[in-house]
Amino acid sequence: MAQASLTLRERVNNSRALRPLLRRLVFYLLLLVLWHLLATSGIWPDYLFPGPLAVLNALVDGFQNGQFLQAALVSLQRLIIGYSISLGIGMVLGLLIGRFRVFEETVGSLMLGLQALPSVCWLPLAILWLGLSEQAIIFVVVMGALFSITLGVDAGIKNTPSIYLKAARNLGARGVALSLQVVLPAAMPAILNGLKQGWTFAWRSLMAGELLFYTLSLGNLLQTGRDLNDASQVMAVMVVIIAIGVAIDGLIFAPIERRVRTRWGLQRS
Amino acid sequence: MFFQSTVSQTQRTEHAIVRDQPAPGGIPLKIEGVSKTFSGGAGSIEALQPVDLDVAAGEFVCLLGPSGCGKSTLLSIIAGLETASSGTVWAGGQKVHGPGTDRVLLFQEAALFPWLDVQHNVEFGLRQASMPARERAAVAQRFIELVRLKGFERSYVHQLSGGMRQRVALARALAIDPAILLMDEPFGALDALTRDRLHVELETMWASTGKTVVFVTHNVREAVALGDRVLVFSPRPGRLVREFRIELPRPRSLEDHALVDQAKEIMSVLRDAMGVYEQEDLNGASKPYTA
Repeated sequence: MAQASLTLRERVNNSRALRPLLRRLVFYLLLLVLWHLLATSGIWPDYLFPGPLAVLNALVDGFQNGQFLQAALVSLQRLIIGYSISLGIGMVLGLLIGRFRVFEETVGSLMLGLQALPSVCWLPLAILWLGLSEQAIIFVVVMGALFSITLGVDAGIKNTPSIYLKAARNLGARGVALSLQVVLPAAMPAILNGLKQGWTFAWRSLMAGELLFYTLSLGNLLQTGRDLNDASQVMAVMVVIIAIGVAIDGLIFAPIERRVRTRWGLQRS
Repeated sequence: MFFQSTVSQTQRTEHAIVRDQPAPGGIPLKIEGVSKTFSGGAGSIEALQPVDLDVAAGEFVCLLGPSGCGKSTLLSIIAGLETASSGTVWAGGQKVHGPGTDRVLLFQEAALFPWLDVQHNVEFGLRQASMPARERAAVAQRFIELVRLKGFERSYVHQLSGGMRQRVALARALAIDPAILLMDEPFGALDALTRDRLHVELETMWASTGKTVVFVTHNVREAVALGDRVLVFSPRPGRLVREFRIELPRPRSLEDHALVDQAKEIMSVLRDAMGVYEQEDLNGASKPYTA
């Protein structure tokens, strides 16, 4: 319609959006310079406080010998398996707690209680039960994400605008169809919050758990770096962990969230 | 366009009662001593004093009154979305227990599902009635055309204007072919031009399908323009004070002198019933009420 004014507005927005980006860039550059200066000042020995170049070297090395990539894949696989399990269980539990008073009073209170427990606390028990095994670590990941997802689904369902329910019942929806076709999608924005929080918890629990394991993984690489007194490897692995975290947030959750918020009318497109 | 589509719209759901009647159309509605009292912590509030009302099959009845007069509550009770404190609603000779697809309620906010596009919103009720996908799509298409939204099948709610949303809501309701349409200030939030156009479309649809319509509004002229009968309600507690039969020929024009005179007469009755309270808002709605 108003093509010209739109592009004008876009241009204004762009220049406005560019300025914080520029500020951020300058900030990080300064940070790197400061880090480099501190590292070369000789206050701390090299192997304890490596500079950015040493870390970059370790990063390149790690990827060149294939260790980092393989470790990242192992960790991501655990994350995906653990997260999928808690997604399935969390959806069902959340739906039950949100829809039925009995479940809310019983399972719901248990969920709230267990959410207060950092999921790494499950690790000793998991190792006792399952040994130092793949299952033990996935168990911890599941426990990390499960409660946030469950409570997110529950919250979404409790806050479903009643007008959707009225309209749906009026059009003949009931029972399971009402739950799946109306309640669940209506709760989507809140569910997404739970999913997002669940994934961060899963990622954190995974890293904590992997510190104790001897098979190659990101957490294990951190531990190896410590054993070898190689702080640059530790930092390089930390960079990889951060990068994966930011990528999952930015490439998976952010676009879904933006789309849902726009479509649900929570935000102008 | 309107007339064509009605002949073929014979898909009736399980709940429809008049499936054997030749012309698709409305069923009568009988309201016997229906009242509603909300009991709260501090005490109970009488929202609606007992109402008796007979609506003939295919009749267009407007419930008119300011907010707090219980007209929306009555509509919700007829729809089965709220239970009455006393009394009974009969739709087509059957006692109303809960919602049924023979009575569909249209809300002021169109209440479309934002996660579905227009096509799937219109198909929603048909899907609940387990109609096969292909047939469902065809029926939905017909009603999307009826409300003149062809080309918007893949649009989502946030991409539509207020008037278009109400059209989709109308198509969604009509698709399941209810015998009774219950409309709760469906055009209250729209601008005057859009509202006038939708009045015409609604009237045409009603004339061609012969559905029973109960239409709630706080706008006197809207009531007179659309209704066979206008029932005036007054607030606190909500009660039915008078009814007017509107004999003006259709289609009616809002500028028509006879219509304006009739509206004036009803307005004065409403004023007397209400005292001096909230009068200017009854004039035809610069500002929509939220009940």
